[in-house]
Amino acid sequence: MDAEETTAGHQPPERVKRHRLSTRIWHWTNALAVFVMLMSGLMIFNAHPRLYWGQYGANFDTPWLSIGSTDSSGYIAVGRAQIPTTGVLGYWRDSQGAIQHRAFPGWATIPSYYSLASARRWHLAFAWLLALSFFLYFVWSFANRHVQRDLAPSREQLNPRHIWHDIIDHARLRFPRGEAAARYNILQKFAYLGVIFLLLPLLILTGLTMGPNNDAAFPWLLDLFGGRQSARSLHFIAAMLILLFIVIHLVMVVLAGPLNEVRSMITGWYRLPPERKERG
Amino acid sequence: MISRRKLLGSLGLGAGGLILPGCDRLDQSESFRGLLRTGEKLTLRTHRLVTDRTALAREFSPSDMSPVFRSNGTRMPGTPDYQAHMSNGFRDWRLKVDGLVVRPLTLSLEQIRRMPIRTQITRHDCVEGWSAIGKWHGVPLKLLLDAAGLRANARYIVFHCADRFGDAPYYESIDLIDAFHPQTIIAWGMNGHLLPVPNGAPLRLRVERQLGYKHAKYVERIEAVPSLGGLYGGKGGYWEDSHDYEWYAGI
Repeated sequence: MDAEETTAGHQPPERVKRHRLSTRIWHWTNALAVFVMLMSGLMIFNAHPRLYWGQYGANFDTPWLSIGSTDSSGYIAVGRAQIPTTGVLGYWRDSQGAIQHRAFPGWATIPSYYSLASARRWHLAFAWLLALSFFLYFVWSFANRHVQRDLAPSREQLNPRHIWHDIIDHARLRFPRGEAAARYNILQKFAYLGVIFLLLPLLILTGLTMGPNNDAAFPWLLDLFGGRQSARSLHFIAAMLILLFIVIHLVMVVLAGPLNEVRSMITGWYRLPPERKERG
Repeated sequence: MISRRKLLGSLGLGAGGLILPGCDRLDQSESFRGLLRTGEKLTLRTHRLVTDRTALAREFSPSDMSPVFRSNGTRMPGTPDYQAHMSNGFRDWRLKVDGLVVRPLTLSLEQIRRMPIRTQITRHDCVEGWSAIGKWHGVPLKLLLDAAGLRANARYIVFHCADRFGDAPYYESIDLIDAFHPQTIIAWGMNGHLLPVPNGAPLRLRVERQLGYKHAKYVERIEAVPSLGGLYGGKGGYWEDSHDYEWYAGI
């Protein structure tokens, strides 16, 4: 028994079963897979730090995004705009203090030293973990009605006034308490649905499109995304959106009480934050 | 007694400090690499099982072609032998087809160019991530292998090349499914001209459902073998031996 429980008040806080076993297992296998996929993916990007639209794209063609360097600076170029990134992207010091001209720095990549072959081996092995666990979770969550019951927004939640209210509450860092905290709020649902139904399928399909054998077997992939280089660009954009999701997700976990949140994702049990006392 | 809060906190801090060097250490561990390589094996098995083995890579129209086709890897083989061939227009270049075949062949470029020609506009995908679309002219590898007659115990086709990386000769290998695929050709022409030197003159492999490093350039010998173990580093190709790239590059 820890201190929290004895000082919390007169009655012990209510505990609810918040996360099913399938959700908890997937959360952690997916966290591992996404972590490895992101970091090894950044290393693969370093091999050719330029993105194009269309079927082809190489050094003589015009990228819409590139990360590069001069003798003394690093930059990211988007269209015609060039944003200095010296010290972080394109031009940075490695752990030995040596200046490196690769796009993404060693602290952000797997492995930390330049190796396209190693990064591909990590990426293409963990891709199996990512895709298979996602597939099982996806099917299972429809079968056990997790999607229908917990993730699908209710009619009331979809009311624009409710959504606006939720945005204001989030902006003020006023999170649901009591009974309301047992369910996902609407912004949370949008975020999870976006990741599960949009970003992860997009990442998997655009990833497949980059494999030449897959394009021969499933030529509709090329038509769906407008070419291998477009698929590579979309893959990168979706990965950056996943990264954005992770950052917001972790900030929310910290703000909402990291111990309770992390524990609930391990054991399933969540301690409902007590209702606010009304203030005058 | 350590509290749960403290325990979780120190686990979190420890993870940050351990994960990155940990990944590097795992990356250098031969047994962990072996574990990751099961991903490659799974990919090859799944491709052979699930995807159509005869499916064609997309062929594009002339308007889809890259304005400039990037060359990569060796752009100018430096050996005196190759330089001599180049200076007399590859007139004395011979392609050998041998190993586990009934009738070993030695073919001149003229003989090869007189064989049936397949022309295809296809996308070249580099392992680094870029793509270029070009037009290739050449003889289907199947015709060369049929002319030589593969023996029953042949399992792989090896391409021995004239370029060197340091002292190491470039070579590559594919299985019989890709070797007999209709788009797998020994190309002698590109974009309507004879193959330029940076793109592999006078002969190069096109194996359209795999990444660029499989497309051996400067090919002088095609060998049918029962296994890849006895060749050079034993992994079936220069990049596989020297940099641990995957042998199967369909993804």
